[in-house]
Amino acid sequence: MLEVQGIHAAYGQVQALYGVSFTARPGEILCLLGRNGAGKTTTLKTIMGLLPLSEGSVSLEGEVLNLLSPHEVPKRGIGYIPQGRRLFPELSVAENIEIGLMTRGEGKDTRDWVLDLFPRLRERLGQAAGTLSGGEQQMLATARALCLRPKVLLLDEPTEGLQPSIIALIRDVVLKMKAEGIAIVLVEQRVETVMAIADQAVFIENGRNVDAMSAAELQADPGKLKAYLGV
Amino acid sequence: MEFGPHLMLAALEGAVTAAILALTAMGLSIVFGVMRVVNVAHGEFYMLGAVLAWWVATVLGTHPAIGFVAALIIAPALVGGIAMVADRLVLKRVAYDADRTIVATIGMLYIIQQTTLMTFGPDARPVEPPFNTRLALPWFEWGENGFAMFWPWGLSTTSYKLFVIAAAAVVLVALWLVITRTKAGLLMRATQQDSETAQAFGVPVGRVYSLVFGLGAGLAALGAVLVVPIQQAHYLMGHDPLLLSFIVVIIGGLGSLPGTVIAALLIGMSDGIISVFFSPTLAKIIATLLVALVLVFRPQGLMGRAQT
Repeated sequence: MLEVQGIHAAYGQVQALYGVSFTARPGEILCLLGRNGAGKTTTLKTIMGLLPLSEGSVSLEGEVLNLLSPHEVPKRGIGYIPQGRRLFPELSVAENIEIGLMTRGEGKDTRDWVLDLFPRLRERLGQAAGTLSGGEQQMLATARALCLRPKVLLLDEPTEGLQPSIIALIRDVVLKMKAEGIAIVLVEQRVETVMAIADQAVFIENGRNVDAMSAAELQADPGKLKAYLGV
Repeated sequence: MEFGPHLMLAALEGAVTAAILALTAMGLSIVFGVMRVVNVAHGEFYMLGAVLAWWVATVLGTHPAIGFVAALIIAPALVGGIAMVADRLVLKRVAYDADRTIVATIGMLYIIQQTTLMTFGPDARPVEPPFNTRLALPWFEWGENGFAMFWPWGLSTTSYKLFVIAAAAVVLVALWLVITRTKAGLLMRATQQDSETAQAFGVPVGRVYSLVFGLGAGLAALGAVLVVPIQQAHYLMGHDPLLLSFIVVIIGGLGSLPGTVIAALLIGMSDGIISVFFSPTLAKIIATLLVALVLVFRPQGLMGRAQT
């Protein structure tokens, strides 16, 4: 279970988060929602330790993550799919996967597992990641994060700019990971995706929690979701 | 001596310069490529390698070959270690900020230079080569009696100079294999491309930076150890290698390792040939002019990637 409690973070002098809190449970999908600039990406970066927090705490199964060095955080089992994929563009597909495997010392079994989830990557192993199509890059970013065999998966707008068939594939994989008991934190702007897969939704605005809804509440009042997302 | 053999002699001198320059510039290129740090103190790490090589060889005081081999191992390791400490104490504290690291490495330059002066004094120090057999070189020419081989007077080199070329080639190939074939190399390349994402996948970026800064300085020191049996060690000897390394790295393309080797060959060979036929000053002028042309017509260098 990932517990985020009242985190404050800033980019230099500019305060971005003012006490964001939520709990992501194993086997659940928590959607982190809000308009552009609300602090969603900043929240995920702060969880990963890429941005230092000034107040609050992030803990995984009771271990306080914000006391660790940033490179130790993923080793505890947090897989991160950044916004814009952030692949290593000049490394091959195989090398990007290798980086993911090295994070927690995973081996051939995990490699085969992720390549079975995304068979197209198997055909592109020697190709530079930067030369893949947008959909293939998203598959690789997802595969790289899954190479950690994560307990928690953080996804930052994984369907942004993708064609429907790839969105469906990514959504299926996310649901598979949920079924395997992974806690998933998903930043998403697509209303239909949120409605289809979210177990709970946390709304943030200007770096603060403003609301939270369960799946049943989302289904009962989709207008509220659209209002928060500004669509 | 006729033009042909004279050119061959100049090319051999150029090849020795290119070999040393390739090692030194590679260190600068790796540091910039991975850390985005312009290391103004790079020439001083070179100088320190040369002075430590003399010190190790003198302290051991045994057969020149033993002293040289010891220097070849100890001096680059010591210089690399000093650079790693400097990275932790200085560069990390300025958060590897591009502007502040330039100022910080200028500070390092003077600290290393003046400490060396105070510790070892201002004298130029010779190191005896481990072997230095003079080798006469043949020349082939098509004459009235067909193809003939002869031995022009003065066309010769030393076994040590050939060793320098071979040793630099071996080190560069080994470095290439480490970068492209090992896990450590993979971590370096990942850090080079996106240090934040690398950190999000467990790469200890701070440690990678330390190692890379140490490796860069160690390569400069290795080049210097190879050169001290040809050129004496002196506390002011770091300026030329720094200037030439910058020229090579700019022409080759910032952070491009193949570009660095090609540019080192180009600059080293032209430096050797022009120095022999004309003057070393003209060689430096032409190299600097070449940098100006590259900056105007191909700012990303021969093999660098254009910024978008």
